[in-house]
Amino acid sequence: MPFIPNTDSDRSRMLAVIGKPSVESLFGDIPEKLRYPELDLPPALSEMEILREIEALAAKNLSSSTCAWFLGAGAYNHFIPSLVPAIASRGEFLSAYTPYQPEVSQGTLQAIFEYQSMAGSLFGVEAMNASHYDGATALAEAVLMAARNAPGRETVVLPAALHPEYKEVIRTYLEPLDVKIREYAGTPAAAAASLDPSAACLVAAYPDFEGRVHDLSGVADAVHAAGALLVVHADPILLGLFKSPGELGADIVTAEGQALGNAMNYGGPFLGMMGAASKYVRKMPGRIAGQASDAEGRRGFVLTLSAREQHIRREKALSNICSNQGLVMLQACIYLATLGKNGLRKVAELCWHKAHYAAAEIAKLPGFSVTKDIFFKEFLVKTPVPAQSIYDKLSRRCVVPGLPLSRYWPDRTHELLVCVTEMNTKEQIDLLAASLKEASK
Amino acid sequence: MKIDAAARYRSSHEWARKEGSLIVTGISDHAQESLGDIVFVEFPEVGKTLKQGETFGVIESVKAASDLYMPMGGKIAAVNEALGGDPSAVNKDCYGAGWLIKFEPTNPSEWDGLLSAGDYEKEAAAH
Repeated sequence: MPFIPNTDSDRSRMLAVIGKPSVESLFGDIPEKLRYPELDLPPALSEMEILREIEALAAKNLSSSTCAWFLGAGAYNHFIPSLVPAIASRGEFLSAYTPYQPEVSQGTLQAIFEYQSMAGSLFGVEAMNASHYDGATALAEAVLMAARNAPGRETVVLPAALHPEYKEVIRTYLEPLDVKIREYAGTPAAAAASLDPSAACLVAAYPDFEGRVHDLSGVADAVHAAGALLVVHADPILLGLFKSPGELGADIVTAEGQALGNAMNYGGPFLGMMGAASKYVRKMPGRIAGQASDAEGRRGFVLTLSAREQHIRREKALSNICSNQGLVMLQACIYLATLGKNGLRKVAELCWHKAHYAAAEIAKLPGFSVTKDIFFKEFLVKTPVPAQSIYDKLSRRCVVPGLPLSRYWPDRTHELLVCVTEMNTKEQIDLLAASLKEASK
Repeated sequence: MKIDAAARYRSSHEWARKEGSLIVTGISDHAQESLGDIVFVEFPEVGKTLKQGETFGVIESVKAASDLYMPMGGKIAAVNEALGGDPSAVNKDCYGAGWLIKFEPTNPSEWDGLLSAGDYEKEAAAH
């Protein structure tokens, strides 16, 4: 059945109104021979044949499940307990959308509420929303929120070492607004100490794109003294081990939540996490699920604080974010519930120890040097030969050594960003070190 | 519908009353009843100057969020901070404890253009 609700007579009436003889005549501007071109396609294949062909193509990809995988840079290879997809794929939960009708959506709303609650304690803030598209859009919305909070303050201050693609997203979001972006190269503490009165917010990446975990103690006080807000963009796995942004005084927190129970999926769909201190909750965009009680006093869940949102406030809404990443959020919710506090801490400890073992092994190699900064699971390696050539040689042997920084900074040819998670075995780390040594000869 | 006879009104349901050199403003009984339980009021910054008809804040009920409009132009002198803790005063006593802002009028003659209590009552009753 074609999903076109209008009938032939509807269509002829519409054509009469606009004075066109036929639907085809609407395409008259397109040259006739381009309108319905003959496509030179091979004969149709059977399902069995097409699967064989596509699987052969797929096998050419480097996969984190078959290769020794040390690439992070925004998408992270963490373990996903089987419980996560098993529960998330249940029909009762399997929805990508936010429910408006509490009377038919208690399960989904409760899952959102539980996700918000667990994420809130992980980030140390009182309120989290139901999620954004990904970490980059969550951070862009946080920057907009800070700018709205301080009318007249027109600068947002970003770390130079923020993910370059996040910077692009923020630039796109801010383009139509009178908000300027300034970048700082040093530590967040130094940047906070030199904020001027035009600053609406300071963004700190925790860790930054190069893996550095900056000390954020005292940063919030300095930012607040300058009348600005502190936005902290954090790795949620890191928070299993490090002080939460909320404890450090962040006003707004954001994260890429893919690492929590979601596969890398070639870069998406991902999970934008966002939360704030309760005094900013009415300035925060996005859906929020809340706990309420029905007429008989029974516990129930509803969307709350909706008056900030597009379906109520129309053009005056805080954001056009009206949706969330329901299914990806659900996976994160189940992941956090499955691991619990101690489980997440264990994952974080494994990442820390394995990454530091890898860094120590790489530092022993002739010509290689490893960052002296504090890092968690990702660290910068200086290579004796171009990092891209190392990548090319190693990836042919199913060892994906990390991200050559020349991808984003063409002049940084001898730097490799290496990521180690709980998924990397000691054998894989030793193989990486041996392969790096060989490739640099 | 309760009406404060000493106040003047805007057809967007704000009332204004003289208090010394200042004007006090809130929303009418008709407005609070239509909105339902008030849960939040967003105030302007004290010291800010706004024109007549400009938005000075937002009032949020369980049902809707509505803009609040300046009945006359003026400089914000005070906002009713007590509503932050208990916005239900707007429902209980919209002409008294539920006032929203006080401002110094820029052009006191704008007062004369506001609706009288009687005219507003007729207008609101018609809706």
